[in-house]
Amino acid sequence: MFNLRAEIENREWVPWRSFRIATWLGWQIESNWTDPFLFAVYSIVKPLASALILVVMYGVITNGDFTSPLFPYIYLGNAFYMYVGAVMTGVSWSVIDDREHYKTLKYIYTAPVDYMAYLIGRGVARVLTGSFSVLITIGCGVAFLRVPIHVAAIDVPLFGVTLVIGILLLALLGVLLAGLTLVLAHHAGYLGESVAGALYLFSGAIFPLDILPAWLQPIGFLMPITYWLELLRRALIGSVAEAFPTLAGFSNAHLLLILLALTLVFGVVSVLVFRLCDQRARALGLIDQVTNH
Amino acid sequence: MTHSLAIETQDLGRAYKIREAKKKEAKTLVALRDVSLQVPRGELFGLLGPNGAGKTTLIKILTTLLAPTAGWARVAGFDVARAPNQVRPRINMVSGGESSGYGLLTVRENLWMFAQFYGIPTKPANARIDELLATLKMSDRANTKSSDLSTGLRQKTNIARGFLTDPQVLFLDEPTLGLDVGASRDVRAFVRGWINADRARTLLLTTHYMVEADELCDHVAIINQGRVLACDAPANLKQRLQREAIFHLEVSPLKDSVLPMLQALPGVCQVTHHPADDRAALDFILADESVLGAVINTLTQADIRLLRLDKRAPTLEDVFVNLVGRSIEEVERADPSPA
Ligand SMILES: Nc1ncnc2c1ncn2[C@@H]1O[C@H](COP(=O)(O)OP(=O)(O)OP(=O)(O)O)[C@@H](O)[C@H]1O
Ligand SMILES: [Mg+2]
Repeated sequence: MFNLRAEIENREWVPWRSFRIATWLGWQIESNWTDPFLFAVYSIVKPLASALILVVMYGVITNGDFTSPLFPYIYLGNAFYMYVGAVMTGVSWSVIDDREHYKTLKYIYTAPVDYMAYLIGRGVARVLTGSFSVLITIGCGVAFLRVPIHVAAIDVPLFGVTLVIGILLLALLGVLLAGLTLVLAHHAGYLGESVAGALYLFSGAIFPLDILPAWLQPIGFLMPITYWLELLRRALIGSVAEAFPTLAGFSNAHLLLILLALTLVFGVVSVLVFRLCDQRARALGLIDQVTNH
Repeated sequence: MTHSLAIETQDLGRAYKIREAKKKEAKTLVALRDVSLQVPRGELFGLLGPNGAGKTTLIKILTTLLAPTAGWARVAGFDVARAPNQVRPRINMVSGGESSGYGLLTVRENLWMFAQFYGIPTKPANARIDELLATLKMSDRANTKSSDLSTGLRQKTNIARGFLTDPQVLFLDEPTLGLDVGASRDVRAFVRGWINADRARTLLLTTHYMVEADELCDHVAIINQGRVLACDAPANLKQRLQREAIFHLEVSPLKDSVLPMLQALPGVCQVTHHPADDRAALDFILADESVLGAVINTLTQADIRLLRLDKRAPTLEDVFVNLVGRSIEEVERADPSPA
């Protein structure tokens, strides 16, 4: 007989192990397309429909001026913002999903698991399905709405680096929300989506920050997502994106530095908040609280 | 590190603040009070008590899910509040009566994933999964999606998950709740076998089934309203009732009015009534055997036929009744609290 207890003597760094398995689990959940119809609805129809609403609204407001640089600005901002819903909201939603739906949270929590690493893993697993929606949306934009992306002109290294930092950033923001979700057991159902919705307006996703009233603009400038979206747009459509005055004074390198610094700051804050909330949830007995959402 | 005590608690307490709607100040509900327990390694320890007694609360504290508000607890030698990361690899836990798990994964995948969380490599994990599923008589379901399992089989999968990591200390919260008679028996046999196979293992289970505690456990703590009222081997607990006479009667169905008459008889310490379709069972604790005559008289006068009469040895049920003044069922009926 093998000695199981000896095998459990940790041979792998616990956070990495937790992350790896959570990613596997997240992927199993995300890729569970036993119903192709549902998959089509969630990954294709839903993102395209929301893009379409945006396009129609834009058309009405501008009298159909689809050649303005504002159009690709909005279109790409909206498309990439889908990662926020996928990763950030995904991380915090995992808490509710495990706690209320699968009823596994207490078993994961009492296992030798780094719960934060686990949550990040669950969120990162959604990058692939998220990317699918983003790609389809951008593809349709290029094909039917003349979003001016030229493959040869894409700044691939900038795009790659920005995307990776952004996913890390979104996962960390998700950790912050996950912490709050642990504590706000009874009201946390829509926390992720509400925050994602609010940030949509403050991150320059669908309009440049200058459009916001002056007293609200600082919020936008403090949000790392603002710089992330700007960099993604610049990587794809270069000069067109630089046409906007908001961040025109910054070079790509500048923006990247700001993004990195803000990611670091938000990352540290997220981890601290998460730790506090985790302790609080344990003190209040909320880890396995089922609230019947 | 080896410790002779697998679980040790000292004056452990837990209070919940409950905010009632419209009222400003929070009420405090004491779910656990001054619990001091010592469970040596190698023991199958039972916590016996009615709904709301605090059993789950105690398990939640011991498994690092919930912080205590008073006292301390050590599991496998480590303080649950200060060193949860030392406790967690050494324990596992199963709650009965719920179906947990990822429905979209198969039984094997669910178990494999949890083995991974504990760092067990795939090969020994799979060997262990096969072994466990065979013992639980569900080998043929290894590749079934959890969502396609009956509630009972999902619960068995959850039990397998608990044993999978061969923990030093295993916590089972009402493991047979909701299982049918056969499955409960299988689980009890499995639990006993697991402990007997390796005396370094320790298992704490909660139950409100008397028979389960009596049959299975080396030691039993009887708990009610957050307090441990007695803690001893079942045989010793029952020994305390040697003087009283305990009778089990089966009679034709009773009218409700008869019960108070029986209770009012001098020398009747306790009557509990278990109605069935065509008959009723009555359990009596009598101060003395001689009281039996009056009991039978009362029944005959009420036109109730006596179908069967046994003098019983005391059970844990009787011990509970003696300690609390009411039977577990009556406590639960009088004070229904959410599980
Ligand atoms: N999170 C909570 N907030 C407030 N009160 C709670 C909480 N959890 C449990 N309680 C209360 O604490 C008491 C003990 O509950 P506990 O679940 O530990 O009992 P139990 O012995 O496991 O009962 P059961 O047999 O119903 O499972 C009960 O009165 C219960 O209502
Ligand atoms: Mg309970």
